[in-house]
Amino acid sequence: MATTQQKPKLAVWKFASCDGCQLSLLDCEDELLAVAGAVDIAFFPEATRATMPGPYDVSLVEGSITTEEDIERIQMIRQSSTFLVTIGACATAGGIQALRNFKDVKEFVDIVYARPEYISTLEKSTAIGDHVFVDFELRGCPVNKYQLVEVLSAYINGRKPITPSYSVCMECKRRGTVCVMVAHGTPCLGPITHAGCGAICPAYNRGCYGCFGPMETPNTSSLATWWQQLGVQDVDIVRAFRSFNAYSEAFRKEARAHEHQE
Amino acid sequence: MTETTLTQDATVILERAHFQQLLDALLQSGYRVIGPTIEDRAIVYESLSSVEDLPIGWKDQQEGGTFRLEKRKDQALFGYTLGPQTWKKHLYPPNVTLWQAKRENGSFKITPPEEDRQPLAFIGVRACELSAIAIQDKIFLESEFKDPIYQQNREGLFIVAVNCVEAGGTCFCASMETGPKASTGFDLALTEVIDGEKHYFVVNIGSARGLDVIKAITVRTPEAGEVEAAEARIAEASQNMGRTLETEGLRDLLFRNIENPRWEAVADRCLTCGNCTLVCPTCFCATIEDVTDLTGQHAERTRRWDSCFTMDFSYIHGGSVRYSSRARYRQWMMHKLASWVDQFGTFGCVGCGRCITWCPVAIDITEEANIIRQGDVAKTKEA
Ligand code: SF4
Ligand code: SF4
Ligand code: SF4
Ligand code: SF4
Repeated sequence: MATTQQKPKLAVWKFASCDGCQLSLLDCEDELLAVAGAVDIAFFPEATRATMPGPYDVSLVEGSITTEEDIERIQMIRQSSTFLVTIGACATAGGIQALRNFKDVKEFVDIVYARPEYISTLEKSTAIGDHVFVDFELRGCPVNKYQLVEVLSAYINGRKPITPSYSVCMECKRRGTVCVMVAHGTPCLGPITHAGCGAICPAYNRGCYGCFGPMETPNTSSLATWWQQLGVQDVDIVRAFRSFNAYSEAFRKEARAHEHQE
Repeated sequence: MTETTLTQDATVILERAHFQQLLDALLQSGYRVIGPTIEDRAIVYESLSSVEDLPIGWKDQQEGGTFRLEKRKDQALFGYTLGPQTWKKHLYPPNVTLWQAKRENGSFKITPPEEDRQPLAFIGVRACELSAIAIQDKIFLESEFKDPIYQQNREGLFIVAVNCVEAGGTCFCASMETGPKASTGFDLALTEVIDGEKHYFVVNIGSARGLDVIKAITVRTPEAGEVEAAEARIAEASQNMGRTLETEGLRDLLFRNIENPRWEAVADRCLTCGNCTLVCPTCFCATIEDVTDLTGQHAERTRRWDSCFTMDFSYIHGGSVRYSSRARYRQWMMHKLASWVDQFGTFGCVGCGRCITWCPVAIDITEEANIIRQGDVAKTKEA
């Protein structure tokens, strides 16, 4: 926690991402004024052009590392930040763009771009934590805005944020939702997914998509075996685990286990 | 039937055609009436105002990890067995704000939450659920520290039990001696009988309040064979339990099998998702969350259902004590079937089968206990 009487200086940084997580902060309508009152927004290009030089007390980092410049920039950010928080699946697990990690990125570049020689990119999209020390990881694709405010409130008030790492099922049952997997036979990733969204999808009769990545002790193989009994084909199991958190260790391994050589 | 002839030990008949009167009598007495209704293709316990809100003509097919509603051939009001929710949702709610605090003049002021004092009436409480409520009463009301939230919801609670005339696919109340017939703890107990053109409820009165309600509605004396027909149906349910659990020496069996290899096998399947504890009508664990807002001027304390399957549950300085899923599954099952006996004098399981049906991967407490019995270390040592 900042020791001076001054308000902590907050910076928000962007790497390879869709901006959705930063937008969650701007979407905090009711709390946004409180955020602005509690911290000095020193660097947040998405919200304001005014910038203050570092060092920063808190840096929120969105996005994954995909270029050589990113690798250098994240080192600089780490050096000028006291408390570095990654926000969202990109920053925490490499994001949806980490799907490239399973294929040859050069091949993609050749197909997609008219002048591939202009593109300079790394072979893999990786999490911020693969490059620098991260003080706190906030999950989600996108993050939950209440959890984001909770992380900031906790930091400012010198306490531990409440962002439990148990399953989505815990939130699902507490809100009284009927389990879509048991009652409808709909495949759901909830049991192995990190809580935080409030179990939104099951409340709308959809299975959990795993946006918050693996929970604290994910038994992915047991769930995948059950999905097979529900009639889900291996190719669809691979798809389910290869989404926003495809490159997280648990999801990566489970998808690999169901991938068959063509 | 005249009012004067009615006493508390009378057995009377409530015709299906007059069932709405029972709801109306409770609503007019100021109760919030809660009972079974269909939501998202399952039975949930929500507020009711009309008999039409009940799951008329539906039944449930339950197996490990599977629940399906199906149409019945008849128009039974209580033709299902149990859904995922339990009455603890209303007595011991999953998320409660305990207090809010605000800084004021160098100190702080605590505001308790607003209280809803409307008394509750539960309709359709099964025998196993009555036992579960009795177990939670022991925990929350009969111990040194009473739980004020539970107490407030429990006080004045009116219970209309409904005996089971068909057992569910994962039920084993007969093994736990908690059902299928409600024996105590209700204001009224109904047994639904559909026999050709006849559709009626045999009503047992369990309290003076129950008697008052019965006096206010249209009931009649039973005709020959009507009560017997109800009893026969309950007896049949008792013979058709989806599951059985041998309880003889169960506590000691589990205590001496702490290192049984079966725990490892179940841990391979267990997702540590916590569903089994959250659907269990007796599980009582909760966690306390304290939050402050951005200004640091307000704080709030919340209580939420917790589960011994989470890592935080056993977190002490340095880490979680029950790190492995083996240790967590073992903790849950041994609490239900062994250490609960030492703690509260009964099993912590009433045989409702919810943990089996609502486990996403169909882990079955009766199967696990039976396998441990087969591989009992005491037996293996002798051999
Ligand atoms: S619907 Fe999904 S998240 Fe909810 S309890 Fe079932 S498996 Fe868990
Ligand atoms: S089984 Fe677990 S959640 Fe249930 S009461 Fe025991 S310790 Fe609590
Ligand atoms: S342990 Fe399972 S069967 Fe026993 S009361 Fe709890 S949910 Fe019901
Ligand atoms: S036994 Fe089933 S419901 Fe309970 S934690 Fe394990 S997988 Fe989840």
